[in-house]
Amino acid sequence: MQLELLVSKFKQKDEKAFEKLYNMYKDSMHGVIYNIVRDNDIAEEIMQDVFIKAWHKSDSYDATKGRFFTWLINIARNAAIDKTRSKAYKNASKNLNSDFFVDIIESQDNLDNSTDAIGIKKFVDKLAKKCIQVIELLYFKGFTQKEASEALDMPIGTIKTRNRNCIKELRESVL
Amino acid sequence: MNINDYINSGILELYVAGQLSEKESKEVYDLMLKHPEVLKEVLEIEAALVKLTASVAPKKDIDFNTIKGRLNTNSETKVISLNRPKTKWFNYTGWAAAVVLAGGLIWTINQKSNLEDQIQIVNTEKDFLEIQMETSKTDLAETKNLLNIIRDKSIINIPLEGQAAAPGAYANVYWDKNDDTVYLDLQGLPEPPEGKVYQVWSLTLNPLTPTSLGTIDDFIQDDNKIFKLKNANQSQAFGITLEPAGGSKSPTLEQLYTLGALASI
Repeated sequence: MQLELLVSKFKQKDEKAFEKLYNMYKDSMHGVIYNIVRDNDIAEEIMQDVFIKAWHKSDSYDATKGRFFTWLINIARNAAIDKTRSKAYKNASKNLNSDFFVDIIESQDNLDNSTDAIGIKKFVDKLAKKCIQVIELLYFKGFTQKEASEALDMPIGTIKTRNRNCIKELRESVL
Repeated sequence: MNINDYINSGILELYVAGQLSEKESKEVYDLMLKHPEVLKEVLEIEAALVKLTASVAPKKDIDFNTIKGRLNTNSETKVISLNRPKTKWFNYTGWAAAVVLAGGLIWTINQKSNLEDQIQIVNTEKDFLEIQMETSKTDLAETKNLLNIIRDKSIINIPLEGQAAAPGAYANVYWDKNDDTVYLDLQGLPEPPEGKVYQVWSLTLNPLTPTSLGTIDDFIQDDNKIFKLKNANQSQAFGITLEPAGGSKSPTLEQLYTLGALASI
């Protein structure tokens, strides 16, 4: 329950607790944001804004309604999507390709040899395309089950079980 | 509910994705508190996703200190400072308006209450004045009536002089022979002591025979001290004595206050 304690301290505006949460989730949020905006500077700026926003609206987080991670990732996705819709962003004519997160992982140089990176690469390498798509839509893009089932032309029930199996594989690779 | 089936259903993965309704999320939350294996599952799903998403992030470490300065109240004040004076101003005016309005309301209610009180007072005064006016009218009518009686040529006026018992006393008798009535003006008599009343006598002189006309029982209460008695006698004189309450059969001569005879005699 260490995490729960940090979150409840964060709600009480405890800066130390927030710093710990920041360090736990900053890369995760950075990744989600980068996957959407595909720009280093913009992603960095949004990631920081997201944590500042979370800090100022900490009152609105309710543990009974969902995970802190889920709450945070929603703020991050929304901020990133808002950015892609802004005029400034469009004027910069970002070439938003339809690549999935795996392309980013695969394009990264292999200088980073941390165990996580190795596990992820292993996972990505052996993942079925359907698995990548489901994870991309549900976690990176924030699609609903229904939206994902329409996008992938797959029954909702299948999305649910496939997702379960994909996450299971991911856990085996990285945990 | 079989917890393993629940875990294997894939609902926890959707929970972490934020795909559940508020009710379902609350259910998961309660189960996490009840079943450690559910909590463990959720934590692992979350940990795996944190690692996966983090692996997509550009490899640049952004220190907490880069945002720290924007967390504290200073930066918050800075950020909000543009709005704040406006908000405050609006707030203050709003409250001020509310206070003024409330004050005005209270004042109006007060005024209304005061006016109602005043109306009540004026009404009471009006009633009182009406009663007084009525009394005055009655008084006036009585006085006019008395004046008429006194002026009537058929009425005989007999002044009664003070006697040994009360040298300063005096009285007047107005005798209306037409209707056998005497009006007694007793203004000149002192108030009778308690337990005593004035008794009025009609006298015939040869021989001296007194006949009681009655007692004046309400002397003290009467304002104008004018009293009306019946007198069907052939009176030659009138006398007033002080008698014990209830009157006496014959006059107590030692207590003869006033006496007067008809002028023609």
